[in-house]
Amino acid sequence: MDIVLLVKSILIITIFALSLGIAAYETYFERVIAAFIQDRVGPDRAGPFGLLQPLADGGKLFFKEDFVPTMADKWLFILGPSISMFTALMTSVVIPFGDTFSIKGQLIEVQGMDVNIGILWVFGVVSLGVYGILIGGWASNNKYSLFGAIRAASQNISYELAMGISLLAVILVSESLSIRDIVTRQHGINWNVFHQPLGFMLFLTCALAECNRTPFDLPESENELVAGYHTEYGSMKLGLYLFSEYINMFISSAVIASLYFGGFNYPGMDFIHEFLVKNTGSVLGHNLATAIGIIIFFLKTFFFIFVFIWIRWTLPRFKYDQLMNLAWKWMLPLSVANLIIEAAAELTPMPFLASWVGLAILALGYVIFRPLFFKKNLKQNLQ
Amino acid sequence: MQLTNRSKKTDKSDLSLLERTYWPGVVKGMGITIKHFFSKKATIRYPEQKRYLGPVFRGHHILKRDELGRERCTACGLCAVACPAEAISMVAAERVKGEEKLYREEKYAASYEVNMLRCIFCGLCEEACPKQAIYLRHDKFVPVFTSRDEVIYGKDILVEDLNDRYERDAWTKEEMSTLWKKQKD
Repeated sequence: MDIVLLVKSILIITIFALSLGIAAYETYFERVIAAFIQDRVGPDRAGPFGLLQPLADGGKLFFKEDFVPTMADKWLFILGPSISMFTALMTSVVIPFGDTFSIKGQLIEVQGMDVNIGILWVFGVVSLGVYGILIGGWASNNKYSLFGAIRAASQNISYELAMGISLLAVILVSESLSIRDIVTRQHGINWNVFHQPLGFMLFLTCALAECNRTPFDLPESENELVAGYHTEYGSMKLGLYLFSEYINMFISSAVIASLYFGGFNYPGMDFIHEFLVKNTGSVLGHNLATAIGIIIFFLKTFFFIFVFIWIRWTLPRFKYDQLMNLAWKWMLPLSVANLIIEAAAELTPMPFLASWVGLAILALGYVIFRPLFFKKNLKQNLQ
Repeated sequence: MQLTNRSKKTDKSDLSLLERTYWPGVVKGMGITIKHFFSKKATIRYPEQKRYLGPVFRGHHILKRDELGRERCTACGLCAVACPAEAISMVAAERVKGEEKLYREEKYAASYEVNMLRCIFCGLCEEACPKQAIYLRHDKFVPVFTSRDEVIYGKDILVEDLNDRYERDAWTKEEMSTLWKKQKD
């Protein structure tokens, strides 16, 4: 068997298992971090430190009643969570988890596959994920579910715009759609976040909204919509919905880490690579350096997962009109401004400096012009 | 009218530019939550760690023996009379020769029963008892029962075990707080 094919299949299975495993343990860490932030202990009964809690949760979900409402469209009802889970799992294939492994004289990339439209693939699949929620909400034949689903769909579409445009700035700088190219361009500490802090903030906010995480978790507002799009779901179908949310969280953390925080790059990586190659031989040294890169990548990803959870237990939920205002009146114009600034900066001989100057000019312009036009309005709005 | 000195003056002026971006507020909030991440947990891990409930807690009933090990109860029936839920019933008997080590006075309770379905743990039996025979323990809950024949507590459950005598270890709030502190460490 072709060695490349073999290693790739092992890699893909590993990535698949990893996404599931990390998603399962995200639920555990969500609960532990929530507990810590609220000065309590959290799950600690199932296994040491409650580490078997995800298993217990899964078992509980399997033993619950699997209920399909009589008037529901049965097949669509089953299709909803399936699409959600499917789309959540599909995106991980293009994310570069590390550099290359050198096996039998061949360099094999630590990535499901390096397609030259990588980030487009992620976006295409993520926007398919809306169907999972929308179909699930519609098939339930319940008005509350439908409301929740519509909310989710419009929210996802609204935030995808700003997300796509802030991403365009990254693509513009990297001159490639392949995530691997975007990552390798940020070699060492030349991370995109230093070039485009505004773009990063926009992207992070949009990622929160896309994952339906607090403060943007309006589709599942339990007070006003009786839990929204998954009101009628029980047992493992509900489990799949919740689970796909956690996988999405992992994937978007990984995407943020690779787009803005250099993926598997870290400061001093060339030095460590050389050091390892010198001491352990060119093949083993290279592989070890790659392994360190993978660890760094996962550390970054876990950090963002932590930030996601941290935000959830800090910020209150938006009102729906506030959510839409933020998306259309703030995020979209800001992302366009960001794109223009980055594009203009690329034309100058010193793009890094120019992008910061551009951002400063944007902030200054806001300070000067906002009071001229909006002061009266603002006062009235606040009273 | 000012009732407390905790009231704060509300600020209705316009939000400044920085405040309008919500970033200071968000960052402040994130700081507060991450601070709690490292703070001391308030949890008491219940089954393993039990909180001292205080000397006046009214729990499981006990029929005390005196310092020589004789039952104090003389079956006068005052507890049964005082009991608002009529949970207590007893049958009196006369002490015969040779039983002086078992019962303190000439009359004793041949059977003494508390119906736990009726008992409301009001503590009036304790107060009514002239012989200081019945108490509600401060350190023991009545266990959960699942069938009817576990409900009526006879003398086999109620009378004090001489090997494990019941004593109240604190009578005041101060003693209680020192005990609680000791238990926590």
